Amino acid sequence: MPESLIAIKDALPYLLRGSLVTLIVVAGAMALGLTIGVPLAVGQVYGRPALRRVIGVYVWFFRGIPLLVLLFLFYFGLCTALDINLSAFTVAIIVLGLISSAYQSQIFRGAILSLPEGQFKAARALGMSDLKAISFIVLPQALRLSIPGWSNEYSILLKDSAVTYALGVAEIMARAHFVATRTYQQLPLYLTAGVIFLVLTYLGTRGLRMLEEKVRIPGYSAHGL
Amino acid sequence: MASPILRIENVSKRYGKKDVLKGASLTVHKGDLKILIGPSGAGKSTLLQCINFLVKPDEGRIWLEDQEVHYAHKRNLYAYRQKVGMIFQDFNLFDHLNALENVRIGMVKVKGMAKAEAGERAVMELERVGLKDHMQKYPAQLSGGQKQRVSIARALAMDPKVMLLDEPTSALDPELIGEVHAVIRDLGNNGMTMIMATHQIGFASSLASEIIFMEDGQILERGTPEKIFFQAENARTKEFCSKITELYGETR
Repeated sequence: MPESLIAIKDALPYLLRGSLVTLIVVAGAMALGLTIGVPLAVGQVYGRPALRRVIGVYVWFFRGIPLLVLLFLFYFGLCTALDINLSAFTVAIIVLGLISSAYQSQIFRGAILSLPEGQFKAARALGMSDLKAISFIVLPQALRLSIPGWSNEYSILLKDSAVTYALGVAEIMARAHFVATRTYQQLPLYLTAGVIFLVLTYLGTRGLRMLEEKVRIPGYSAHGL
Repeated sequence: MASPILRIENVSKRYGKKDVLKGASLTVHKGDLKILIGPSGAGKSTLLQCINFLVKPDEGRIWLEDQEVHYAHKRNLYAYRQKVGMIFQDFNLFDHLNALENVRIGMVKVKGMAKAEAGERAVMELERVGLKDHMQKYPAQLSGGQKQRVSIARALAMDPKVMLLDEPTSALDPELIGEVHAVIRDLGNNGMTMIMATHQIGFASSLASEIIFMEDGQILERGTPEKIFFQAENARTKEFCSKITELYGETR
């Protein structure tokens, strides 16, 4: 067996444990992004002008600063300045989650705006408060429409998570780099890391596609397909 | 005469500089069927939407059963809207819910009824509009006439005191209008109080207790169908009625 294949074989279990770390970071960031992103979107569509402006600034902030800068700012800057003891892993999830919340809020906002106005109107006509109309009528439909955009967000987060290696999070990239520099097998190891990312992207987007199909509203064909 | 069920006084609405509604007043008694007619842009739809505050009037007061509605007071507004059913031109069924869930959701989320109990009532209302066999279908799987009947069932399930119908058959294929008219006729026969905007004057004249002609944000003339269609005093009313009769057939 050529040396490169042996290097891959030896490193694979170690790298795969790294992909578990990657997946947890991505899942955590997506969940955090969803939790913050939905209220942001609702606030931006239905909120008062002052609230909309505040949300606008938030979105601008987290979409406008590079990930690496934010990671360092939070981990080395804020955590030190405020004397908070958080692991690199936790900071990675928080920072990726906050950035994702900014992007996800715009996915949801677009979905909410694409719904016919009559949906909200009919809900209010029944006597629902705005909050009920949003929770039971608007969001269940908007979230369904958000899945394709979400799939995009997943693949971006997955790749962005590699940057957290700079904080020392033991994800795929950090482990590949660690082994590569020790064994001098850079090509096979980074290639393997790339392939693992490709597989994870495929599985995730595939899974979201299945979810999209599963929650599809009967009678709504995908534009005649 | 008994006190009115709904009283609307001097309701006005402006969009920018345009007065879309200029002080409309209306007194509705139990069992009345008031029909709003008039050209597009006359303010019929705005008036109906002002009545349940989907459009906030700039001026005017509204009383339901002698209780003034204070729409700035949210609880008061939500409670009032429960009692005023609204039927829209384009149905506005909740697209992600099937027919049964569409009818049930208001009872569960607004009235706080138990799901099972609300479900039974929903089945009853859907039976009443002839859709027992379509309960599991989603809006996209229903015809326009069926959708409108579901929306009527959805409104009825809330036990409204008054129903507002905003051109309920205007978006329907001519063939499907009859089934919706039959349901509305049935409601009228059962004593439901209704205010309806429509261009279907044949249907209107056979049912209406009063016809109200609107133009340019104002109520120009009102009276029995006989008066409005055959002895209108206002020249515009006459002109409109003769044109619309030509278009939609005889008033009888």
